[in-house]
Amino acid sequence: MSTAPAMSRPKQGASGKTGAWRIFRPRIDKDACNACGLCALSCPDAAIGEDLEIDLEYCKGCGICAHECPKKAISMKREEK
Amino acid sequence: MTEIPREEFVLKCTSACAGCPSSLALRYVLKAAGHDTVLVVPACCTSVIQGIFPFTSLNVTVYNIAFAAAAACASGMSEAFRKAGKKTSVIVYAGDGGTVDIGLQGLSAALEREEDFLYVCYDNEAYSNTGMQRSGATPYGARTTTTPAGKTHPKKDLDGIVAAHNPPYMATTCVAYPQDVFRKVQKALSIRGPSFIHLLAPCPTSWRFSPDLTIEMGKRAIRSGMWILYEREFGKVTINSVSKAALKNPLPLEDYLSPQGRFSGIGQREKDILISQARKMAKRLIHEEEGVC
Repeated sequence: MSTAPAMSRPKQGASGKTGAWRIFRPRIDKDACNACGLCALSCPDAAIGEDLEIDLEYCKGCGICAHECPKKAISMKREEK
Repeated sequence: MTEIPREEFVLKCTSACAGCPSSLALRYVLKAAGHDTVLVVPACCTSVIQGIFPFTSLNVTVYNIAFAAAAACASGMSEAFRKAGKKTSVIVYAGDGGTVDIGLQGLSAALEREEDFLYVCYDNEAYSNTGMQRSGATPYGARTTTTPAGKTHPKKDLDGIVAAHNPPYMATTCVAYPQDVFRKVQKALSIRGPSFIHLLAPCPTSWRFSPDLTIEMGKRAIRSGMWILYEREFGKVTINSVSKAALKNPLPLEDYLSPQGRFSGIGQREKDILISQARKMAKRLIHEEEGVC
């Protein structure tokens, strides 16, 4: 019997590609964006990087970024199947 | 955003629901704490959203432990680290069920022993992880799966219980203000001895509102006076400016309650009770800040 402790190691994507959960896809209108960074600040999953690009592989599509954007530069569109 | 470090300790992605306030708050708690941190997590949403073995999405050491044992475990850990001459921060990150109901005796004992760790209670006002059963932190009139007609008892005054232990630092915060969470966690960790942070986490799944409103609901809770941001440092109360402004000119309670499915069909009597409880709390805090009592 092994006595090694059951220990998990940190890894990106430990819960799988959560982007597959998404129902609404966020899209940033770069012309309207003033790069304030509030979207990245309020993303629960840190899916918006320093360059303010949304990582669609992991974005769950909650829409907090679109709601918090003061310029209304982020729109949520239903995913096409 | 300048003072908040860019490094992420919550890796993409946890298995939390879309719009989860707990993983959002945890991002800022860990950014404030940094690398040299051990997180003690009792049974709560955070113990299941870490990912699937053998991987985890949290890039700090995490110790998962039974509900009632979190504060006791953190006490032992911090004691051992200090004896070994290490400054490692020990943080308990527990839900309201694990603090208000089940973990209360452990927390009380650790506060009494003046152990050197930070206890963060993220309060989503129900046992959301197991299917939204009522907890001691559920407010009056809220519908949960175990109180389908609305809860008939008020929310337990956890901050009052913690304040009675006279910890060097305690504060309330809300996930709607990430900078506030960051600042308060940093301050709590800089003070030696037990510190406590009570964090309101509006949960879209259990409060039954749209997930894009997580931050908006937190802001409305504060603006309507249902949640008050304050700090108690060595017994001295300071109400934070957002709450000070909100208490002078509060938002109508309806604006906070109406987007939430758990308050659907709530009567005027229940609303009056909620308002009177919030006013009483505000009055007590204002008196304490002024040094009247």
